[in-house]
Amino acid sequence: MPESLRRALLLGPGLTWLALFLVVPTATVLLYSFFERGTYGGIDTILNIENYVRAVDPLYFGILLKSLRIAAVVTAVALVIGYPVAYLIATAPKRLQIPLLLLVMLPFWSNYLIRTYAWIVLLNREGLINNALRWLGLVDEPLSLLYNDTALVIGLVYGYLPFMVLPLYASIARLNPEIREAATDLGASSLRGFWTVTVPLTRQAIAAGCIFVFVPSIGNFITPDLLGGGRTKMIGNLIYDQFLKARDWPFGSTLALILIGVMMALLFLQAWFVNRQMRHG
Amino acid sequence: MPVLTRWIAATLLCLATTLGGAQAADKIVISNWDAYMPGDLLENFTKETGIEAELSLHATNEEIMGKVTAGGGAGYDVIFVTSPFVEALVKLGLAAELDHAKIPNLANLYSEARSLAYDPGLAHSVPYAWGTTGLCYRSDLVGGSLDSWWDLLRPSDALKGKITMLATDRWLLLPGFKALGYSANTTDEAEVAAARDVLIEAKKGLLAYDDTTFYSKLVSGEAWLVEAWDGWCNYGVYENPDIVFTVPKEGADLWADTMVIMAASENKDAAHAFIDYVLRPDVGAWVASNILYKVPNAQAMEGLDPGLYEAFPNLAMKPEDILAQEALRDVGDAMKLYSRTVTEITASE
Repeated sequence: MPESLRRALLLGPGLTWLALFLVVPTATVLLYSFFERGTYGGIDTILNIENYVRAVDPLYFGILLKSLRIAAVVTAVALVIGYPVAYLIATAPKRLQIPLLLLVMLPFWSNYLIRTYAWIVLLNREGLINNALRWLGLVDEPLSLLYNDTALVIGLVYGYLPFMVLPLYASIARLNPEIREAATDLGASSLRGFWTVTVPLTRQAIAAGCIFVFVPSIGNFITPDLLGGGRTKMIGNLIYDQFLKARDWPFGSTLALILIGVMMALLFLQAWFVNRQMRHG
Repeated sequence: MPVLTRWIAATLLCLATTLGGAQAADKIVISNWDAYMPGDLLENFTKETGIEAELSLHATNEEIMGKVTAGGGAGYDVIFVTSPFVEALVKLGLAAELDHAKIPNLANLYSEARSLAYDPGLAHSVPYAWGTTGLCYRSDLVGGSLDSWWDLLRPSDALKGKITMLATDRWLLLPGFKALGYSANTTDEAEVAAARDVLIEAKKGLLAYDDTTFYSKLVSGEAWLVEAWDGWCNYGVYENPDIVFTVPKEGADLWADTMVIMAASENKDAAHAFIDYVLRPDVGAWVASNILYKVPNAQAMEGLDPGLYEAFPNLAMKPEDILAQEALRDVGDAMKLYSRTVTEITASE
């Protein structure tokens, strides 16, 4: 078989798949974003940029900003929790590493919706945590743990924490332990060694983990509904509402494109950061 | 590449069977809300008529509207939608005109249910269940009785943080409209803005917006008072008899969930047969006792077990009491205003 035919055969299915299920839908979304909603939720094919003007209206723009803020908090919390976890797994005895990693991945064996729902069982006013606190006599009245932004952040951190831990683990496990030892030999305290040696050497993984947590967090719409009780609107909810409630597909498309734009910008930023680091060693 | 050839052949064969299957005669596709008809209804229908029926589910009116407007109604024979959406379907030309000769059981409906303003004379739709929206609360925890939308919108301190409201546009706005004495279908911008301000204030006393699990929040005691559809409140009553439903004194809406045949249906006879089957007195009674919603079927309601009326008092609401509420109508372009207003409310801090 000639080389070119083999290439075509090997690349063909993948490229066809991408063209059919990524390029065509995205192009459709792009096209729709310049149309208008018909009175009964259809699409009026009148080209204009009305939807983009609407998207920067303080109401909708504010929702985008709030989503960015929540996703940023989620990412920061996931990093603070995820780094020590990754570090401990990577420095644990070899025979424990695989079982520990399995524990990190274990939640993926069940559905995201069910895992999110489980938090309702834990956090609600008559839930496990409140009942335990009351049983221990720590509180008289049940605490309002659910249906607020804290519950929303908890749910998102829980859901996406493995995406933070895995790249960090991979990076820390690759570090040559002698570099740390050298730092200690030269008189650095263990904290100083961590900050000036380990952290800079794992910067790329930190950036990757942050992107992996930030991107799905900002687009999530199930968790704000279930754990936020619908009282917080994120951009994902707004897009969902445009398609399934307001039946305003053109505006929903515009919002979806803006979200894709934010995510692309972040990915480019990360790629640029990685390239720069590689060039400068 | 014999392997590849076989793969392609197998795929084509699969496709052919799927496509062929969809064209089989006397098979209808029905879209309804989940658990909104008895689990054995379609099975029994098939047994009696020989017509195969496939159930597809939608979570909201808006979802099924999205599906049928995108596909011109193709792929569905009968869909269940709430009254204002019937008007939209008719205006879009997606609803088939009904042939009343093929639905003799229409005679079982209350006469009131045949002259509802959204579809006079039932030209395009047949009501399946009907009712209203009101307050559903734990009388044992609230202590006393509630009778006003303001109990929900400006709650007492004891109730704060223990209230849920419905999340879909029309019903999220309804308490605001009715409390201020406006029409449930108002399109007046000043009125909508006034209701919005009341609802933004009310959000501070809310536990959550909830369309689906509000009754279980009542049962668990997480919520003490919820805005609910009468029938769905009954699911709570079923588990805790201290749960009470009441229509606020300022009035509420009248909604009817209807069955509509798609103009694009290729099995209209079978679709008519399905509607006729649902309207049979025994089937209607089975539906009402199963979903605990009122059906607008006089024969069926008379045949209902009297114990049910005792256990679920709102089932006993008479047609004239239901008609005293304001029918939800399609508001056309004002849906954009509603949708924006609801976003303003739910995104408020």
